[in-house]
Amino acid sequence: MLISYREALNQAMREEMRRDERVFLIGEDVGHYQGAFKVSKGFVEEFGRGRVLDTPITEAGFTGLAVGAAMAGLRPIVELMTFNFGILALDQIVNNAAKIRYMSGGQLSAPMVIRGPGSAAHQLGAQHSQSLEAWFCHVPGLKVIAPATPRDAKGLLKSAIRDPNPIIFIEAQLLYATKGEVQEGEYTVPIGQAEIKRQGDAVTIVAYSKMLLLALEVAEELASEGIQAEVVDPRTLKPLDLQTIVASVRKTGRLVIVEEGWRFAGLGAQIADSVYTDAFDYLDAQIVRVTGEDVPMPYARPLEDAAIPDRARVRAAVKQVLHRA
Amino acid sequence: MDRDDLLPLYRQMLLIRRFEERSAEMYALAKIAGFLHLYIGEEAIAVGAIAAIRADDYVISAYRDHGHCLAKGSDPRHVMAELFGKATGLCKGKGGSMHLVDAKRNFMGGYAIVGGHLPLATGLAFAVTYQKRDQVVLCFFGEGAVPSGQAHEAFNLAALWKLPVIFVCENNRYAMGTPITRGIALYSDLTDKARAHGIQAETVDGMDVLAVRTLMQTVVSKVRTDAQPYFVEAVTYRFMGHSMSDPAHGHYRTKEEVDAERKKDPLVLLRQTMMQQGLATEADFKRLEQEAGETVAAAVKFADESPFPARAALDEDVYIE
Repeated sequence: MLISYREALNQAMREEMRRDERVFLIGEDVGHYQGAFKVSKGFVEEFGRGRVLDTPITEAGFTGLAVGAAMAGLRPIVELMTFNFGILALDQIVNNAAKIRYMSGGQLSAPMVIRGPGSAAHQLGAQHSQSLEAWFCHVPGLKVIAPATPRDAKGLLKSAIRDPNPIIFIEAQLLYATKGEVQEGEYTVPIGQAEIKRQGDAVTIVAYSKMLLLALEVAEELASEGIQAEVVDPRTLKPLDLQTIVASVRKTGRLVIVEEGWRFAGLGAQIADSVYTDAFDYLDAQIVRVTGEDVPMPYARPLEDAAIPDRARVRAAVKQVLHRA
Repeated sequence: MDRDDLLPLYRQMLLIRRFEERSAEMYALAKIAGFLHLYIGEEAIAVGAIAAIRADDYVISAYRDHGHCLAKGSDPRHVMAELFGKATGLCKGKGGSMHLVDAKRNFMGGYAIVGGHLPLATGLAFAVTYQKRDQVVLCFFGEGAVPSGQAHEAFNLAALWKLPVIFVCENNRYAMGTPITRGIALYSDLTDKARAHGIQAETVDGMDVLAVRTLMQTVVSKVRTDAQPYFVEAVTYRFMGHSMSDPAHGHYRTKEEVDAERKKDPLVLLRQTMMQQGLATEADFKRLEQEAGETVAAAVKFADESPFPARAALDEDVYIE
């Protein structure tokens, strides 16, 4: 069936809440408003206010409440209206959710999903447009997932809800309305498995979330020029499926990494480091990263466009690793 | 009041006192390292409050947590071993003084970011309500946490959703070195901060274990039956420095002030009460003293003789596979 990314998330949560009484949804306007991006449409009607909790605008408070509830045996899904506001909950995420299992010597844990959109939409300004996945990937104890397609969004969210660890699940505003094929019936997508979204032999492009769609567009353009790019979607950013990325690089010998986040200490730097460590001898060219610019997101449209990776920059990076500038 | 009722309270306070005095010695001997925040002077709060709850009720604390952990019934040997960083510690040596956890006793941990565990406490209480159980949550914290944003977010959510959590504020008057009058606007007592959120609140003499227990029995019963949070301010004093790196009376407190407060020692107070009422004799206290000494000596011996965690433990318990 062809459904939207938004509907995929809705189905995943709905199915898991039907399956497991311990699962509840908490966040700003998730109930009667049905979610700022309408992801939880119909939830309060089906599950009631006891399991679909509208919160005040207090991210630290309700995220911390969810961590405590998880420690006591529940399976919370925290919806952050956007990950920008998740910054207010970082103490709870980093100091409590991620560490409680380790600090307690395995006695306690915080099985929960913290989800919502990251990255830029259109002209929302600096405080509402940022890709913070590298921050979360840096923290031991967290798993980080950033699906690009409805099929992956549904299957990975279901896996995340069932996973016994705290999980950061990053969506994107510009993906909610995108559509894709999702199989009928029950399925999950395993955490920690990349997927080759397009086969090719000339160059590997690693891209996730919104940037995957960009990479696939560029790959189609390049195909018409006789260049077959292989596009690898990590889907899970941590733990990263390095094996699939390295296998692709061994085949193509060339790697471009596309991410929307800031360049310095970005996720692509980690991927590049890992590939240099594991597959240096297979590389025929230096790895090239296409990233967001190291600036707060500007409002003006031409400036915003200049700050985010686009087709031209991805194309140029591919040409560079192919030595065809 | 009877003897069998009061002696256990004294025994517990004494155990905590002697346990911590020995901890300080072990710190001086470098058997314990890092931060060590002693509860000496404040024992009546943990003991009095925890005496008012059931074994399956939850307790959660901040970083000055030895007293709460011991009062909740944790084995002093495993607590001391944790302070020593040994594999036999409550948390296998990975938590340390500030992060004691004893999950099987529903001691849900010590947390070291001021204010950060108050939302966790509301979450424990949320889970109790969600699962239609009847436990209560006791959340201990210092007055230094009261002005924090996370505390107020937790108060609001607890009041809004009528969660069975009791916020027990241990007001020892100093947020590390900053006196409360320089940290909290309009301070007279702290209960108005909770009442502003619609939470019932009372102040109690935190040096008087019987007063603490009596109030807490009423509060626990209300919270358990009425589904509502509560705030208790227990006024106390920290006899020692903020941590081992802070002398008992640094630049922020005078020796005279500390000496005057030490005269209100909760152990001395209960002992006097019991003697005056003929509920205990010198011989009883001598016996309790000996017992506590033996328990603590055994804890130190156990900790000292236990192995450090093996290298393999480094990577364990980061994730559940």
